[in-house]
Amino acid sequence: MRAASGGSTMIVRLRNPTRTVEVQGGRSVAKLLNEFGLAREAVLVVRNGELVPGDAFLSNEDEVELRPVISGGV
Amino acid sequence: MKCRVCRGPAVIDVRRHNANFCVEHFIEQCERQVAKAIEAFDMIAPGERVLVAVSGGKDSLALWDLLIRLGYDVEGLYIGLGIGEYSDVSGDHARRFAAERDLTWHVLDLREEYGYDVPTAAAATRRVPCSACGMSKRHLFDRVALERGVDVVATGHNLDDEAAVLFGNVLHWHTDYLARQLPVLPAGHGFPRKVKPLVRLSERESAAYCIVRGIDYQVEECPMAAGNRHLGYKEALNTIEERSPGTKHDFYFGFLDRAAALFRSGATIDAEGLSACVRCGAPTPGEVCAFCRLVERAGGHEPGGAVPVTLGRREQP
Ligand code: SF4
Ligand SMILES: [Zn+2]
Ligand SMILES: [Zn+2]
Repeated sequence: MRAASGGSTMIVRLRNPTRTVEVQGGRSVAKLLNEFGLAREAVLVVRNGELVPGDAFLSNEDEVELRPVISGGV
Repeated sequence: MKCRVCRGPAVIDVRRHNANFCVEHFIEQCERQVAKAIEAFDMIAPGERVLVAVSGGKDSLALWDLLIRLGYDVEGLYIGLGIGEYSDVSGDHARRFAAERDLTWHVLDLREEYGYDVPTAAAATRRVPCSACGMSKRHLFDRVALERGVDVVATGHNLDDEAAVLFGNVLHWHTDYLARQLPVLPAGHGFPRKVKPLVRLSERESAAYCIVRGIDYQVEECPMAAGNRHLGYKEALNTIEERSPGTKHDFYFGFLDRAAALFRSGATIDAEGLSACVRCGAPTPGEVCAFCRLVERAGGHEPGGAVPVTLGRREQP
């Protein structure tokens, strides 16, 4: 994973497969999910290690994980 | 967002309950939902012993944790499926969870004990991996439960799992499956009772529970599941759920309340036709059970003898 580069962007970690992207912060969790085309039922958002709800505001200093919650087994 | 209970800062919004919760009250909410399911469907009686099917994923670890918090006498069973790195990492998560909490659990490795793993079984049977995998797991959970003398096998199926299976069964009108799709399957004919205490929790809630409880689970998906039908059903239901929260709950619990019995009347719950497998003694409609046939096809032969269930190492912290 890349280190936060001086707080100018927000690090977003995605799964399946695990990877990170950098995007501009300054938006709500709900907005970020929309931009990534992710359904609210299908992911949780973890900011700096803590679970955050849809109205939480994400800024450039944050490290954010979009964690999928849908499993495929039977 | 504020917690519905204490008005403190919320960490999760649960739209189908039209409520937000802080960490403490979300944990309480999950406990309440599980306790409610156990009570409503008579899943576990006081004093009964429970075997939890542990995969290292969110649902099974959340279930194990919740049952302990609710005071049940629980032990875990992990089955090594031999699905490459996925299985290695899953096993590590289960091991760490048990070790950190000093829990009793058992490990059975398909390759070590029976000479096959899920990928080879899939190849040998020319069926989807989940079919050999699911059958192996069911068989071994039953066996170990009977060996250990526990009363109940608990699995981590959540609301999304059950709603997706129901959706598939309805789309294809599998009326025989609809008759049996219940959160409790009673004991009998050599099978322990099977229960699904997480049916009142969505998949998202079960994952959130792990996060707020600090449970480190296997987040990566089983590579065998990619693109399967079950996943497609879940996505379809979540699309509907986005627009009208509570739909998955209504679909599944409405089925249990108002429709399941209609399918049961016509179905043959054919316990009568079962006899003991000549190899392993498990109940089966034929002479040799499906598990023993799989072992024969996918693994080493066990000529003439029973396939022994030797419990793996009892892991100590
Ligand atoms: S997704 Fe299929 S193959 Fe993978 S663990 Fe689950 S049932 Fe087994
Ligand atoms: Zn609260
Ligand atoms: Zn058998």
